[in-house]
Amino acid sequence: MIRSAGPLAALVVAGLVLGPLAALALAAQGRWALAPGDLAAIRFTLLQAAVSAALSCALAVPLARALARRRFRGRRLLVTLLGAPFLLPALVAVAGLLAVFGRSGLFSRLLAVAGLPFPGIYGQGGVILAHVFLNLPLVTRLLLQGWAEIPAERFRLAASLGLPAGTVNRLLETPMLRERLPGAFAAVFLICLTSFAVALTLGGGPRATTVELAIFQAIRFEGDLGRAALLGLVQVALTLPAALLARAVAAAAGFGAGLDRPLPPRPEAARPLLRLQDGLAIGSGAAFLVVPVAAVAVAGTPALAALPASVWAAALRSAGVAALAGMVALALALAWAAASGRGGLLRMTGYLPLAASPLVMGTGLFLIVLPLADPARLALPAAALVAAVLALPFGLRAVLPARDRAEADFGRLADSLGLAGGTRFRLVILPRIRRGLGLTAGLAAAFAAGDLGVVALFSDPGRPTLALELQRLMGAYRIEAAAGAALVLLALALGAFALFDRWGRRADA
Amino acid sequence: MLTLERVQLRQGDFALDADFTLPAGARAAVIGPSGAGKSTLLLAIAGLVPLTSGRILWQGRDLAPLEPGDRPLSILFQDQNLFPHLTVAQNVALGLGPRPDPGPAGQARVAAVLARVGLGGFGPRRPGTLSGGEQGRVALARTLLRARPLLLLDEPFAALGPALKAEMLELLAGLLDETGATLMMVTHDPADARAIAGQAILVAEGRAAAPVDVPAFFADPPAALRRYLG
Amino acid sequence: MNPTRPPAAPVLALTLALVTGAATAEPRILTVYTYDSFVTEWGPGPAIEQGFEALCGCDLRWVTAGDGAALLSRLRLEGARTRADVVVGLDTNLITEAAASALFAPVAQDAPYDLPVEWDDELFVPYDWGYFAFVFDRARVPEPPANFPDLAASDLRIVIQDPRSSTPGLGLVLWVKAAHGAQAGAIWEALADNVVTVTPGWSEAYALFLAGEADMVLSYTTSPAYHLIVEGDDGKAAARFDEGHYLQIEVAGRIASSEVPDLAEAFLAYLVSDAAQAVIPTTNWMYPAVTPAAGLPEGFATLMIPDRALLFAPREAQELRGPAIEEWRAALSR
Repeated sequence: MIRSAGPLAALVVAGLVLGPLAALALAAQGRWALAPGDLAAIRFTLLQAAVSAALSCALAVPLARALARRRFRGRRLLVTLLGAPFLLPALVAVAGLLAVFGRSGLFSRLLAVAGLPFPGIYGQGGVILAHVFLNLPLVTRLLLQGWAEIPAERFRLAASLGLPAGTVNRLLETPMLRERLPGAFAAVFLICLTSFAVALTLGGGPRATTVELAIFQAIRFEGDLGRAALLGLVQVALTLPAALLARAVAAAAGFGAGLDRPLPPRPEAARPLLRLQDGLAIGSGAAFLVVPVAAVAVAGTPALAALPASVWAAALRSAGVAALAGMVALALALAWAAASGRGGLLRMTGYLPLAASPLVMGTGLFLIVLPLADPARLALPAAALVAAVLALPFGLRAVLPARDRAEADFGRLADSLGLAGGTRFRLVILPRIRRGLGLTAGLAAAFAAGDLGVVALFSDPGRPTLALELQRLMGAYRIEAAAGAALVLLALALGAFALFDRWGRRADA
Repeated sequence: MLTLERVQLRQGDFALDADFTLPAGARAAVIGPSGAGKSTLLLAIAGLVPLTSGRILWQGRDLAPLEPGDRPLSILFQDQNLFPHLTVAQNVALGLGPRPDPGPAGQARVAAVLARVGLGGFGPRRPGTLSGGEQGRVALARTLLRARPLLLLDEPFAALGPALKAEMLELLAGLLDETGATLMMVTHDPADARAIAGQAILVAEGRAAAPVDVPAFFADPPAALRRYLG
Repeated sequence: MNPTRPPAAPVLALTLALVTGAATAEPRILTVYTYDSFVTEWGPGPAIEQGFEALCGCDLRWVTAGDGAALLSRLRLEGARTRADVVVGLDTNLITEAAASALFAPVAQDAPYDLPVEWDDELFVPYDWGYFAFVFDRARVPEPPANFPDLAASDLRIVIQDPRSSTPGLGLVLWVKAAHGAQAGAIWEALADNVVTVTPGWSEAYALFLAGEADMVLSYTTSPAYHLIVEGDDGKAAARFDEGHYLQIEVAGRIASSEVPDLAEAFLAYLVSDAAQAVIPTTNWMYPAVTPAAGLPEGFATLMIPDRALLFAPREAQELRGPAIEEWRAALSR
């Protein structure tokens, strides 16, 4: 029974990714055409995704290297904080970025003091800046994990031979980077392909239209489902090669990983110039990633005391959605881990959601649900389900390799003891994948807390989620209360992630 | 002459004190129960474990300011002495300097030391394709190129069978005769100590004792050693 | 407890429930689709729901979508399966398309509308209206531009909305078209360097403006009333453009397939009655379609009133929409 859970879950996920596309296509009733500007949108989408991914990778290397070879007070906290932007709801992230890089933000004021002109955040540059902000944490974690997995003995050997930094770099770090960076690049590229809210607000105009935005316009304004389905297919076609690459180079994201092992001896890095370089990398990385998050907190704090009761009710509701999403993601990841086969198709399906447009998924789901039930009643469960499916690829990158390692290390021992089925899974596999399960559930919970698309579409006006309430406050001129709600949303997304992640890490105790 | 001057090592519950000198050219076996700190003592001399207090000197010169790779010594660990993704020749070449691919002159020297340890022609192979004994020889070949006056060996032959180990010890003795290097070798086996070492250092009960002549050491073993040998 | 004997109390309660349920009929349900901000605690929704339910003895249920455009799109997604009885929140630019969906039934309402234009649409009832305008902070912009060429020539920075995803965005594109006709493309090219960014909807744009990201934002002439009445801030104002200002008239209609057509008709009547219209100005921050007996709230008198109202007839707006948006896109894509 436990083995049939995998294929079953795979069917659910494949259905959720492909079913909506089909539903959209069926509803389109034969009107299939792209609009003028769609080709430009495809071009821009590819360009910004490639540049965002390349920059995220390029900046993550010095940052992760510095974090990997330095120990200092508060390092653990900093590594945790540096992960935060990846979990941020887009609304909150944009608010934080504007507080720093906006026209009257900290950065532009600093520039003004120095007498320099402010280049402005809007346009292609702004979209890329925001994408790097959101995804640099992901790449940094992936690489930090890579550094942690270089055996300490190799660094010890290098130290005993007195190899200088350049040689250590070439001998130990470059091979690891060559193995990790393609996967990291592909992951960021995929995420940026379906970027929506960021491109929408910071894009600066029709020049920066992404495919996802074009889908939104086709669905929402033109009711042109055929065009939306076509664009959705284009998106899948664009993402498939990158998804394959990401899968081929599947490396554990290890967001919760205990990256605090004792530092292997790194005497080659003791040179003052390298210390300076690492200090700069950590300092500027922290400033870039932490200050916008802190700005959201600072802006929101004064409004906290006077927040309308509806905000707290919405927060409670969102916490429920986050918890549900976490549970669903947990169940899905468990099903994948339990599936015995190393079947390529099953694995592939797990990474499929990377290629999915959340908008198409939401709209298609809406079309599927409509004849069966009142969508408003299903708004919250639907949001949880979509978030769980979207988080699955990131979680599986941690769960599946851990599962495989457990099988490789203890499979024969388990065989010799006659362990099979559920007992084997519980005793041999489960303890080894628990960390990955916690990560999967945590990501799903954070994504669900920030969801706006599905909730807005299914719309249960009487029971808004926090993200929806935040948008309502903005729409009702309540800018200060909105800042307070943004802070609550920030705390909710990070807190929900931390709770599940902590559950996963208790396995190490 | 290697001098350990009131050296203290502390790591959590672990504690080891050492205060002795070892004459240049000596060959000392480091002997003692598991977990007593034999390896840690070697790692400390190599600069890979920080001293809690005290000084370590070679020929009267404090080693503290020197990075591990700049110290007048070579160290071989229990395992992981070779980079698995480099060839045998590249691994050995790292004894000459930080470049795995030295010029033609360097390559000639690499080939020469490989031949000296009986591995002529093994240069292009990867460590993974070598037996344990062969891997040990590659690491020894590299110490020949490094040509440092002090050699620290942390049970590098522990995993070898008796015949192979005897062969390695013979090779090691021959190399030491040629280079005149000072040796400190961790071992579990009194036979190893008798085979190669002139002196023995007992590491037990939180202390590394001063070196004692091997015949005297085994003729009248200290209480701690007796307990360990059983 | 003896398991064979049914406990008396639950049985009694169940019987009672069945009896009373049968005796007093379930209140009938009226489902109203509207945009999201209409039903928030700051919007007109709660007061209108309370007022209407007291009159009809029915249960009014809201279903929301993002804004007017999203409403229409949702109706089209649902087609004949829609649960809506009434739709509140389309505007004049959308009603030709809404009519083409064949989902709406003619309405009987005819109130003494106070609109800047004549109203004779048989499917839709107007419930509020406003002029689009660029809103600014007097302290930061002492001399606002007097028309689009002025604005384009200035180095003022503006935030606007995307005409493909928001009704004010579309209103602006039609405004430029109505004011400048064949020259609209040239105006947009000249405006391109003033546009800081284009947001998906009104709220994002207004938030950016309040955060100091832009000097002016596309909004309504009524927006300054919010700051004046709620915040006591008279620093915000709407710039008067001598080309005239484009109108937005928000409308409601009823769905033909509704099972409660009488309730739907009654709701539309209530929507343009004095009780509902009096709520509109300080909740939706628009002009009510029928001026309440008590007049407009204090503060509305201070608002700028354009010299000329611009508005395309629905059919014309529908025809111009595609080409005008393409003109906008082309100019801003340069």
